[in-house]
Amino acid sequence: MDMAVSTQGAPVQGLLPRGRPLLELRGIQKTFGPVRALGGVDLVVAAGQVTALCGDNGAGKSVTIKIISGIHPPDGGQIFWRGEPVDIHTPKDSAALGIATVYQDLALCDNLDIVQNMFLGREPTKFGGLDEAPMEMAARRTLADLHVTTVRSIRQPVSSLSGGQRQSVAVARAVLWNSQLMILDEPTAALGVAQTGMVLALVRRLAQQGYAVLIVSHNLNDVFEVADNVAVLRLGQMVAQAPAAQLDRQGVVELMTTGTVGGQPFVAALTPANGSVEAQP
Amino acid sequence: MTMSPPQPPAVPGASAPEFEEEVPEVAAVSTAAPEVVADSLIDYIRAWGRKVRSGDSGVLPVIGALIIIVIVFQVKESKYLSAGNLVNLFNQMVVFALFAMAEVFVLLLGELDLSIVYNAGIGATLMAAFVAGPYNLPWWVAILIGLATTTVIGLLLGTLITRLRLPAFIVTLAGFLGFEGVMLWLFGRFSIALSGTIPITNKVLTDLVAGSITPVAGWVTMAVVVVAFGVYNVMRNIRLRASGLVTAPVGLTVLKAGAVAVAAIVVVTICNINRGTPTFPDRGVPWSIPILLAIFAADTLLLGRTRFGRYVYAIGGNAEAARRAGINVSRIRTVAFGLTGMMAGLAGMMYLSLLGSISSDIDTSYMLYAVAAAVIGGTSLFGGRGKALHGILGGLVIAAVYNGIDLMGLGAEYEYMVVAVVLLIAITVDSFARGVRRAR
Repeated sequence: MDMAVSTQGAPVQGLLPRGRPLLELRGIQKTFGPVRALGGVDLVVAAGQVTALCGDNGAGKSVTIKIISGIHPPDGGQIFWRGEPVDIHTPKDSAALGIATVYQDLALCDNLDIVQNMFLGREPTKFGGLDEAPMEMAARRTLADLHVTTVRSIRQPVSSLSGGQRQSVAVARAVLWNSQLMILDEPTAALGVAQTGMVLALVRRLAQQGYAVLIVSHNLNDVFEVADNVAVLRLGQMVAQAPAAQLDRQGVVELMTTGTVGGQPFVAALTPANGSVEAQP
Repeated sequence: MTMSPPQPPAVPGASAPEFEEEVPEVAAVSTAAPEVVADSLIDYIRAWGRKVRSGDSGVLPVIGALIIIVIVFQVKESKYLSAGNLVNLFNQMVVFALFAMAEVFVLLLGELDLSIVYNAGIGATLMAAFVAGPYNLPWWVAILIGLATTTVIGLLLGTLITRLRLPAFIVTLAGFLGFEGVMLWLFGRFSIALSGTIPITNKVLTDLVAGSITPVAGWVTMAVVVVAFGVYNVMRNIRLRASGLVTAPVGLTVLKAGAVAVAAIVVVTICNINRGTPTFPDRGVPWSIPILLAIFAADTLLLGRTRFGRYVYAIGGNAEAARRAGINVSRIRTVAFGLTGMMAGLAGMMYLSLLGSISSDIDTSYMLYAVAAAVIGGTSLFGGRGKALHGILGGLVIAAVYNGIDLMGLGAEYEYMVVAVVLLIAITVDSFARGVRRAR
């Protein structure tokens, strides 16, 4: 799949208006042999918002993002993209829709520089050779749009970057290739306090520019710092999805461990009229 | 799951101040390539110093080691720096360098090809046999047959390694054993092979090493190449700078062009001194040197300026990342083994010309010298770092030791021991550099 190099660093045009559901999972099921990993999961990821996916180990977070990114096809249920039903069978299907997944390992080549990593596999050529100038300029613009300003030179190898900078490069690569939904898998897990702050600021900026962000995190401090919406998985079931303002850490911990809050199931309903997720009291 | 104590939520909004990252930035800058972070020559030297301290030392230590080796041998044996011996040393270097450049392709992937010497031997055998009777093919047809064969052999090894997922070490070890058998079998088929040796019967093949360019042609060619190199690099630097792209300081580019010019002048001067006798003069740059430089230039362009080259580095750096970026990893690896085979064929061609014949008891130590030369030159055994230039630099070091010990009449035992020590030092530096990078 060859995509034209975007002349705008952040191709903000073409994104859905903020708050409209970009990706929707309805009743997604997945079993691995006798193990039921997901038993009918609903999830809405809205454009221009950060949606956090929480859950204890084994709750199904990884399987959910792997279904969205096409690594595992679902056994049942339906995925909607911009309101249209779509089939995602392979990672290519997912990428073609505009979904980019940044896994914990970031998939960067340490020995290559920032520009080389951002264009890896999609380098423009001229007279049979690499055409470096447009690559460097597009990479520089994308990083500037994302306010990634702490790197000294975009021609330095990724091995010389800090953890937060590496995360930024991986995200910038997704932005450069016209992704509309960024899935970030535990983006702050290996980072210190300052680096975590840098990555969370980047996540907020992505949402402000109109991208949808689905962030998987164990760290509820991070979740409540950046998320507009919080979705909680427990044992393969979505036990809650609501605006972050309607939940607190204690409630999320209860939902993650018992599936209830204050002994009652958390009741949330979708209100498609405004496209946002509202909790019913 | 760990819970952190509650704290007031800090929501960074559009008005939030830009996040400053003080300490990590200093750490990050310290090991970036000096030419991309430096604005001036002074800056460059400082950045280079930081890079050396972090374990990635570049080519200058190799040149330093070379100077020490040359001084030691010159003190011990005054003929070492004579024109005749230096030209001999250059010709030996060409063979080491080509074998090393062959190995660089697979070393970049983090692999090793143990079979290159016998693959080269097969190529050299075919070249020597096909220019002789009863075939009497033109020299260039014989060379093409030889190179095509070694390339196909490399592709075959690469296919076994990538498609059947066999370890390269074992597959190429099998090649090392099997190709000696193939060579012996070929010697039994060619009537020109007498007592395990095929002599060269074609003047062009002999002249690859023994023939020289006339001194005037040498100077003119050198001047054209050096000026073209200097002008191209300085113009490119200025153009990149004008477009606002990252580039090395102009001073550094000029300095590098100057260093190339000085090296070229020294080499041509040495080669143009009469190394024969007054009655039978022998002067001029041997053909082997421009041949090596042409191969070196093609190799450098392939690795540095094409998608293929970029993907070789990417696979060596992180094969899984390369695969996820949509790169056909198996195909790139297979082609890299094919290129190793082709370069081995070229090394075999120069080896044949240097010796004047090819025999079935080919010197297998070239295989280890090839790896040693690449690593001494600065290529990593662990993949992802290396250049064609490293093959030439490492080849020069090996040739300097090999030639000096030979000249002093010390015999192979010292040669092996000295090269072993040099190799160990180079690998220690390589591992140390990798350790420093990993630790970060």
